[in-house]
Amino acid sequence: MEQVPILKIGQTLFVSIQIDLQDDSVVRLQEDLAEELAATSASGVIIDITAVEIVDSFIGRMLSTIASISRLFDAETVIVGMRPAVAITLTELGLSLSGVRTALNAEKGLAILNGKT
Amino acid sequence: MDESVLAIGSGDDVVRVRQQVRVAAADNGLSLVDQTKLVTAASELARNTLIHGGGGRATVEVVKSPNGRTGIKLSFTDEGPGIPNLELALTDGWSSGTGLGLGLSGARRLVDEFELDSKPGIGTSIVVVKWSR
Repeated sequence: MEQVPILKIGQTLFVSIQIDLQDDSVVRLQEDLAEELAATSASGVIIDITAVEIVDSFIGRMLSTIASISRLFDAETVIVGMRPAVAITLTELGLSLSGVRTALNAEKGLAILNGKT
Repeated sequence: MDESVLAIGSGDDVVRVRQQVRVAAADNGLSLVDQTKLVTAASELARNTLIHGGGGRATVEVVKSPNGRTGIKLSFTDEGPGIPNLELALTDGWSSGTGLGLGLSGARRLVDEFELDSKPGIGTSIVVVKWSR
């Protein structure tokens, strides 16, 4: 199982998913992020999925869960860089990623988080 | 055309199935959106084989339609407990446990052909096809 690294830049935790996600890696990421949020006082999480070729129902649900967990630590999550084909497929699959904010790219995601405070 | 058979016994195997399906779909002229839909469906179905079927196998095959279109045919087979109520299992939002209940019904929407055969106590077999446009 591969681990996804989490970087802290200022008040933001930055996660860039560069591997072909298997279920265990996503669960691990969720746990690692919760730990980081508790340990640091980050106010935002950016998850970059530019390199992610598919988001299926499991990965989608985990993204929603991560956003919910972050909220409990008073942090907002923004998913950035979703590929057009992924967006089309997610919608057809019936997954709305409710409660998850999205932005076109990391820069716009950061702008959303910075506008928060 | 060749056919490859992949064992599904772990999360890594699910990733391998996705990669194999992606290569087959790209090599046979499916558009990027159709590749993504097929790989996503394969991911859902391979996970079902692993979790609900207790593992099994996937086959990836290139097929031709009578009117000359190329398609990718995927089969997922397990010798697990089977699905007691097929109609229910294909309903949006119905889940046997941990998921969102979108796996089977969602996968069906993402492909052109979908055939499900399940016998309680014997196993489940799902065959899907996605055609190039």
